[in-house]
Amino acid sequence: MAIEVRVPTILRSYTGGAKVVEGAGDSLSALIDDLDARHSGIKGRLITAEGGLHRFVNIYVNDEDVRFLGALDAKLNDGDSITILPAVAGGALGFAAAAALLGR
Amino acid sequence: MCLATRRVANWFGNVNAVLTIDSSIVRAIVAHARRDHPDEACGVVAGPIGSDVPTRHIPMDNAARSMTFYEFDSMEHLRVWREMDDNDEEPVVIYHSHTATEAYPSRTDVSFAGEPGAHYLLVSTREPDSEEIRSFRIVDGVVTEEEVNIVDATVKS
Repeated sequence: MAIEVRVPTILRSYTGGAKVVEGAGDSLSALIDDLDARHSGIKGRLITAEGGLHRFVNIYVNDEDVRFLGALDAKLNDGDSITILPAVAGGALGFAAAAALLGR
Repeated sequence: MCLATRRVANWFGNVNAVLTIDSSIVRAIVAHARRDHPDEACGVVAGPIGSDVPTRHIPMDNAARSMTFYEFDSMEHLRVWREMDDNDEEPVVIYHSHTATEAYPSRTDVSFAGEPGAHYLLVSTREPDSEEIRSFRIVDGVVTEEEVNIVDATVKS
């Protein structure tokens, strides 16, 4: 199953500079495992040590934020397009409080 | 303190340690920051890929609507990034305001900074009648201040 994945600048060190790579999997978590097998280390930038989606990235399936599709359990189909974007966030607030506010 | 920071920037040897930006865009960013004060305001200035010239100001919603935190709305973020892709543009400047503190990246700003190619512009609106405007590169957690060169020529308004 071929799924197109659009990779942001900050993660292209894992993909040999490629902006778009292919992956496979019937769920987001299976796709990320497949990506990690092809591009070693990328999983650690997407998933926390606790096993959840990292707060620093947004992942979209076609035009939907995966957080509204079941996050790592989001179902994927052949021909889906995945976009990864680094979250744009910040502010004067302390980091721990910001992370808690985001709840992810 | 400003001078000391600039010296650090030179020490790191950033060859392009300057943000050149049109005065009309700076005025629009400041107006956005004032409008949303005391909440933090945020947005992007897009420019042609590889040009390092910010030409198209895109004010973004602060989905957090907070005085101490900003976050792009995830759907608006996707839409604007796709639009830039279609136009062969990239985010040359990512800006936000601090409304009660100085225009210097907080630890939170540094942790989240995910666009190594962008100039991170900060505007402080803590003084009611003047703004502090400063620009930084944030790469792998390292903050490098750069000069802001405000010009009148890059954009037709």
